[in-house]
Amino acid sequence: MRETPLSNCEREFLLLAIAHKKRIDGRQVYDYRRLKISFGVDRGCCHVEMGHTRVMAQISCEVTPPKQARPTDGVIFLNLEMSPMASPSFEPGRLSEYGVELNRILERCIKESRCVDTESLCIMAGEKVWTIRVDIHVLNHEGNIVDCASIAAIAALSHFRRPDVTVSGEDITIHAPEDREPVPLSVHHLPVCVTFAFFDQGKYLLVDPTEKEEKVMDGKMVIGMNKHREICTLQMTGNMLLLKDQVLRCSNIAVVKVAEITEIIQRALEQDSKARSSGKKFGFAESLQKDKVTINEMDEMVVDVKDAVDQAREIIQNGEKNAVSEVADKVNMKVTLKGPGTGQIGEGGPSTWDVDEEDEEEMHPAAAGRLTGQQLRGTAPVEPVVLSGDSEEEDTVTLLSEHLYTEKLSVTKLATEGINLSSAIKLKSKKNKSLKSGHTPKKKRTERTS
Amino acid sequence: MADHLGKVVIPGQVLKEFQESEATSKVIIGPGLRRESDLILASKAGVLRHKQPNFYWVDCRQKRYVPARAEHVIGIIAGKAGDVFKVDIGGSEQATLSYLAFEGATKRNRPDVKVGDLVYARLVVANKDMEPELVCIDSNGKSNGMGVIRDGGFMFSCSLNTIRKILSPDCILLKTLGKSLPFEIAVGVNGRVWVKGRSIQETIAIVNAIPSIEFMNNDQIKTMCRKLFDALTGFD
Repeated sequence: MRETPLSNCEREFLLLAIAHKKRIDGRQVYDYRRLKISFGVDRGCCHVEMGHTRVMAQISCEVTPPKQARPTDGVIFLNLEMSPMASPSFEPGRLSEYGVELNRILERCIKESRCVDTESLCIMAGEKVWTIRVDIHVLNHEGNIVDCASIAAIAALSHFRRPDVTVSGEDITIHAPEDREPVPLSVHHLPVCVTFAFFDQGKYLLVDPTEKEEKVMDGKMVIGMNKHREICTLQMTGNMLLLKDQVLRCSNIAVVKVAEITEIIQRALEQDSKARSSGKKFGFAESLQKDKVTINEMDEMVVDVKDAVDQAREIIQNGEKNAVSEVADKVNMKVTLKGPGTGQIGEGGPSTWDVDEEDEEEMHPAAAGRLTGQQLRGTAPVEPVVLSGDSEEEDTVTLLSEHLYTEKLSVTKLATEGINLSSAIKLKSKKNKSLKSGHTPKKKRTERTS
Repeated sequence: MADHLGKVVIPGQVLKEFQESEATSKVIIGPGLRRESDLILASKAGVLRHKQPNFYWVDCRQKRYVPARAEHVIGIIAGKAGDVFKVDIGGSEQATLSYLAFEGATKRNRPDVKVGDLVYARLVVANKDMEPELVCIDSNGKSNGMGVIRDGGFMFSCSLNTIRKILSPDCILLKTLGKSLPFEIAVGVNGRVWVKGRSIQETIAIVNAIPSIEFMNNDQIKTMCRKLFDALTGFD
């Protein structure tokens, strides 16, 4: 979809404001937007809001054979999804160049920093290991997706629990979550990315740029770091040149920011685990603020209860009278079998869609709505489908009603017998000789349902 | 009907008992309501409003603009195509603005408009079957405040109901803000507002003040403006 172009007025004002160390949303130059982390009911589901940018990460696990080069290591697979829901500039399907860049930064931050111990994910060396899959979805793009996504990914990885496994000799037992408490992943450290936006050839810098600021920036630098002051990844993009001391200054700022963010992540994880262990409610529904104006609320209404008791008594008395006749009706309801695993109770009404006059005559014999299992199966004369000669399939088989099933078969027998294809194929050679062209779609529809 | 007035209705809800006007026994249904044979249904989620004698409409929160004739909008020049400018007004299609639709423009005397400029224009053609068309002159050929917006300031977007709220005569926001912080403003009903204050700080203050009043009543707006002015004079 076409994105709204950035006007010259906005661009000039933003650059002028940044030169005066002012930001449009009133933040200071090194300030982050309000960060909110919430976890879902499922383990491994984390939703992070940084201002208006929202990202959700979900962790899942699977037992797979390991990579050839590393037979004793588990596999971590990271996938970033940027759908048009997040921004009109994102195309559905393949990631754009920007998306590939972000995906690569996140992979380096999470995978190559070895924050999750992959050796502990091994079940049986060379044969079975856990594959941990991190799916990150960008829900809204209001600037600085990388930071938000890295927080979501690492918080989700810390939140996730995988099924417990016991290996005895050659037997591997994967315990269901009901039998044995699922086990957390062993996360060594929490790497978080910090983005710096540069303006006027590196003269001015902003932390956590919004979407408009990203559009006017010269270039950006992403530093992935953990609270132990270890740099996990470093990337610079854009047409600008940075001096050595600028890079060092940014990494010092990043140390402070990462410490704050790690604190917030750990507090959120603790709150969630406390809520879960104390039996209180947890999940996204609980993280919604109830005091915001945009949440649904109605004023108290005065309800007239003067006649309520009498009305209620009346309803109960009438209900008791009707209950007897209702039970009788239930006994009359019949289940008609329409096929393996399909039953029908009752009928549908006539079609309320407008139909063209020419189709009306064809509709009436079928009498849409009056079809029941019995009518379709044997009593109504249905002509077999004739195929035109221009079918692209090499072997076309027409399944007629006699090959499928008959009414007399019980449900269990249907399951085992299934469709008798061999007899149908034998019939095909006879059919081929009598091919006619032209068939109406109406007839084909009735044939399939039988 | 009487019991739904001022309450939230949801799409598909059937509404009955409309009050007709005495002069012509007609009921005028506005945005958010539609008629289906002899039923009147709500087609948007929002609060049902009523104006004497017989106007009914649904007040809903919407951010996406649907172009309508005779409305004043702020557009961004997205490109040139032959004799016209292509203007983004926030709708599904880009609008066209002819070179000659400016005051004093002739074939020899082209207007000074570049790609990326902001224009304040009026829609002359806007229906669902055609590309919208804009002009920057009124029917007499005068610009009447329309045209290219120059010399600084900042443009931001807010929801359409906020725009309608600040333009309504009941709302005291612009008057209250203007008493303490003089500013220039251009409001486009496509959700875009251009503001220019005396300094960068004041402009940023107004840019943040306007979208925040979406759910405030007049008293809260007064309090907010007072707090804003105190904060601004406190930090220079």
